[in-house]
Amino acid sequence: MYATSYHRASSVEDAVKLRGEHEEGRYLSGGMTLIATMKQRLAAPSDLIDLRHIPDLKGVSVDGRNVRIGAGTPHADVAGSSMLRSVCPAICALAGMIGDPHVRHMGTIGGSIANNDPAADYPAAMLGLGATIITDRRWLAADDFFTGMFETALEEGEMVTAVTFEAPEKAGYAKFANPASRYALTGVFVAKRGDGVRVAVTGAGADGVFRHAGMEAALAETWSPDSVAGTEVAPADLLSDMHASPDYRANLVKVMAKRAVMAAG
Amino acid sequence: MAKVTLTVNGRRVSEDCDDRMLLVHFIRDKLGLTGTHVGCDTTQCGTCVVHMDGRSVKSCSVLAVQAAGSDVTTIEGLAAQGDLHPVQAAFKEHHGLQCGFCTPGMVMTAVDMIHRHGGQLDEATVRHELEGNICRCTGYHNIVKAVLAANADMQAGREAAE
Repeated sequence: MYATSYHRASSVEDAVKLRGEHEEGRYLSGGMTLIATMKQRLAAPSDLIDLRHIPDLKGVSVDGRNVRIGAGTPHADVAGSSMLRSVCPAICALAGMIGDPHVRHMGTIGGSIANNDPAADYPAAMLGLGATIITDRRWLAADDFFTGMFETALEEGEMVTAVTFEAPEKAGYAKFANPASRYALTGVFVAKRGDGVRVAVTGAGADGVFRHAGMEAALAETWSPDSVAGTEVAPADLLSDMHASPDYRANLVKVMAKRAVMAAG
Repeated sequence: MAKVTLTVNGRRVSEDCDDRMLLVHFIRDKLGLTGTHVGCDTTQCGTCVVHMDGRSVKSCSVLAVQAAGSDVTTIEGLAAQGDLHPVQAAFKEHHGLQCGFCTPGMVMTAVDMIHRHGGQLDEATVRHELEGNICRCTGYHNIVKAVLAANADMQAGREAAE
């Protein structure tokens, strides 16, 4: 790891100010991606602004069907929130599948979505739930937030502070985990809402997380795993790497979509 | 350079270190507590698991400066007055190790797991929860047995105390 300077922020304002003072700095949340990346010398921020001690960034709140999750909430707390489970068990299940117990104790939802790893789980949930991403300066629809592989609409120094969404009627997530890394080789999040169905796919897209219009239409017509069978997934837009070919991933998208609908019930 | 002060196994310690020093190196090289191992150094194998403020973390993926002010427990902090912790005793009893390299991480993981699940721990849960810990010798069967036995033992202890 290259040398870096550590700063511990006490509030969102403090963090944004510190970040503004260090052009080559990075926010550090749980660090479960950033520290590993720095160890491999793939990232070399001059300064780290630690967000883990900002109380305002932590916690889950549920008001009727409206959910708000602080950006600094660890995966373990999302997975274990009984309040959240009562309105949207799918996101608890998804959080409980990320990494391993130790990673879930440190890694946060804000860190995950700001990084937008093409194989991360949370981007699929945010896009599938039609969530709104709240930053220190604005509100962004998930549809506008995830812009490509490791790319988001976040501006220089902008920080995710929370996410919010309305709990859907039904939702489910299924992932085929890479056996070594536990990242999604393909993961599909489905949600049925009053205004239609959303299907979000992670791990498979060459440009990161994406929605599948064909599956959304088919499931809106008939909410059943069989509805997915007749849809087409174009391999041309999918990732190709040592773990899986685009054709294999295209098949996995359908299989995981079926399982996600089954999980949703 | 930072001055990092934290509590390790109930003892308050303070050491100078680079901001980039990993918690596991701080524990091993600055404090001389070499029970916490470095296996893969890439957040996968789990030999470096310690507890930070009561939660298991991989100390190869946390900076020492991030842990400043926290309460850390390592494998050396488990046995009270030289008596094996019930999880350590169960690993011995059920032969939950062969070469022993992964054992500190396995034991710290098991203690955290039992703490979180209480009496509700079954074999499937133990296997799922061991996802972040790799053992290349045992095939995991005896580790799972040891964790379940320790859980039963600790549950009996909890009930007796009530």
